[in-house]
Amino acid sequence: MTVDAKETSESAQLQKATRDIYLPPERKKISGDDTIHISAKEFSIYYGDFEAVKRVSVDIISKYVTAIIGPSGCGKSTFLRAINRMNDLIPSCHTTGALLFDGEDVYGKFTDEVLLRKKVGMVFQKPNPFPKSIFDNIAYGPRLHGVNDKKKLMEIVERSLKKAAIWDEVCDRLDKNALGLSGGQQQRLCVARTLAVEPEVLLLDEPTSALDPKATAKIEDLIQELRGSYTIMIVTHNMQQASRVSDSTMFFYEGVLVEHASTAQLFTNPKDPMTEDYITGRFS
Amino acid sequence: MNIGTRKILDRSFTAVGIGSIIVMALALMFVVVPIVTNGIGAVFFTGTVEHRKMLFNEFKRGDSQGLSSEVASSDRYRSKVYDMLTGFEAELETMAPEKKKEYKEKYAQVRSAVQALLGPLPGDSTPMLTRFKYGQTRWEKAEEKLHDLLYESKWDNSNPNVMSKEYFVSRAIGFEGTSLVKLFPYVKDNLEKMLLPDFTVYWGFITDSSVDSHFFGGIWPEIQGTFFLAIGAMLFAFPLGVVAAVYFTEYAKPGFLNSMLRSANSTLAGVPSIVFGMFGLAFFINTMKVSESKSVIAGALTLAIMILPTIIRAAEEAILAVPKTYREASLSLGSTKWNTIATVILPAALPGILTGAVISLGRAAGETAPIIFTAAVSVGSAIGLADVFSSPTPALSWNIYNLASEHEAASQIRHVQYGMVLALVSIVLLLNLSAIVLRARISKKLKG
Repeated sequence: MTVDAKETSESAQLQKATRDIYLPPERKKISGDDTIHISAKEFSIYYGDFEAVKRVSVDIISKYVTAIIGPSGCGKSTFLRAINRMNDLIPSCHTTGALLFDGEDVYGKFTDEVLLRKKVGMVFQKPNPFPKSIFDNIAYGPRLHGVNDKKKLMEIVERSLKKAAIWDEVCDRLDKNALGLSGGQQQRLCVARTLAVEPEVLLLDEPTSALDPKATAKIEDLIQELRGSYTIMIVTHNMQQASRVSDSTMFFYEGVLVEHASTAQLFTNPKDPMTEDYITGRFS
Repeated sequence: MNIGTRKILDRSFTAVGIGSIIVMALALMFVVVPIVTNGIGAVFFTGTVEHRKMLFNEFKRGDSQGLSSEVASSDRYRSKVYDMLTGFEAELETMAPEKKKEYKEKYAQVRSAVQALLGPLPGDSTPMLTRFKYGQTRWEKAEEKLHDLLYESKWDNSNPNVMSKEYFVSRAIGFEGTSLVKLFPYVKDNLEKMLLPDFTVYWGFITDSSVDSHFFGGIWPEIQGTFFLAIGAMLFAFPLGVVAAVYFTEYAKPGFLNSMLRSANSTLAGVPSIVFGMFGLAFFINTMKVSESKSVIAGALTLAIMILPTIIRAAEEAILAVPKTYREASLSLGSTKWNTIATVILPAALPGILTGAVISLGRAAGETAPIIFTAAVSVGSAIGLADVFSSPTPALSWNIYNLASEHEAASQIRHVQYGMVLALVSIVLLLNLSAIVLRARISKKLKG
């Protein structure tokens, strides 16, 4: 057996394992080609000398929902923000290992982070609409990428707002300032704004932590709607939420990816005792 | 500490706070009330026929028929005064030599007092200076001059241990027994008929040029010069300041050089303005030769350098106050750094940047020292926009100083000084008010 063949068979095994995580027999399969969309290999993230994420290897299949859980400070947000290079805003942050998006190195020398962020959209913990009108908020991204035709923009705005299930609530006040909306509406607006640039991946960084239960339920419904159209990764503190919305769940502890399994399995029959302790609330 | 002491301390602090605010308010009143009351007097006052004559001759303003009938009616009363004077001159010739000598001197004083009151006497040659071509144009000044005519001022210095005291002696007593003695009661009784005082609203004070170095006319060249200098300074300082602030906050790498630049900027904000004035002369005029000598452009550049640190600081603070989440949101949508700054950060920081800019504009309008050597002249006419590269201009701040200290007849034209001060204070106040309104409107738009 040549080295190449060995590597291929190893990666095939890994892929099979990943498929088992995402496509256990009891779950409804999403129509698609099941390609690996994001892949980390021995990927570490440092803040200065501090290793916040430690040698994480994981594959994420496109169009499914992946939840990331773990106690505060375990590196789950850092890992999420590494995928669209939002960590670049922190000067001391650097990485080792490889993080591949569509097979290309996210931290490669020639990677255009602006293009990457167009494909990998993000919704943040606190709703952060711009202090502009609802229309301008949604149209901000498309305008950046060269759409200036008023009619076309209107189409995009309507489509994005409908996808984010907020169209009915705001269709008659598109010219009003977005900061006048409620927190839950603002967060869905932020989702719509992200969808307007037509990303492939949606990163949700604790999107409901600032919302009340009703607004949270709406966001969760929205995630279910978007499942199958986008690869979604959601960081959450709420384990019920993770079990409700996700196909697979990753458990991080102190920067280490302890376990990655299908959500059903992770919450009912975790392999690692640490995961079990966490989901049963035995440590905090 | 028990509750009783704590409450007493709280109350006494409140009392001290209120007290200091009252003291400040009183001090402000003490300054502002005279400025406003006297300054308004430059536009609204009781003007005499001499004022209307002056307006007609110097500015071709007023109705010539009405004026000539007024002049005719006032001349009817004046001619009697002139007759009395010529009568006394004839009487003087007939007097004994020593008596003549004694009266001649007194008479000269009376004559010049009448001249000051009513303007040149018949037979006088036309004076060179416009200020002597007319009598008193303002009624309150005319009353002062009437007092000068009626009473001679003398100083009592009989007691060497106390300061000399001024006292007044009636001139009429001095002329007892001559024909001139009748002049004094006549002028006193008929002054109103000779000068025809009337309530006057002289808007020309704002829109006219000055005549005979601010003796008559208005302060338009100063107002215009102030605007030219302040807005010119802003044209240079605003773009530079905002670009510098964006560099400091968004692009500069933290380090020794950066922190040095920042502290240099802060230090520059505290440099006395006279230093900037000297710098402007040495750098812009002598070294860079932006103009032959003083010019609006040199003054505007000097003022720009002076307000630049303030604008940079204000813009920096405004940019830093923009929530980090806006930046994240924009970047996560695939925006470039420059796009994020131009479309999200700067618009959100605009209220703060503009407030800083308009307050600096007010400062530029009010500063004297930077323009002494670079732009200001004491007397001049309004310049055209094309002349800003070559001509100096009068400006309010510098002319207030000039009129208060260097003008040869400063005490005669206090009302012009006060008018200028009020104009300058109003301009600065207006700029600051507009900053507040602008800020409120933009903030409202941003908040929804």
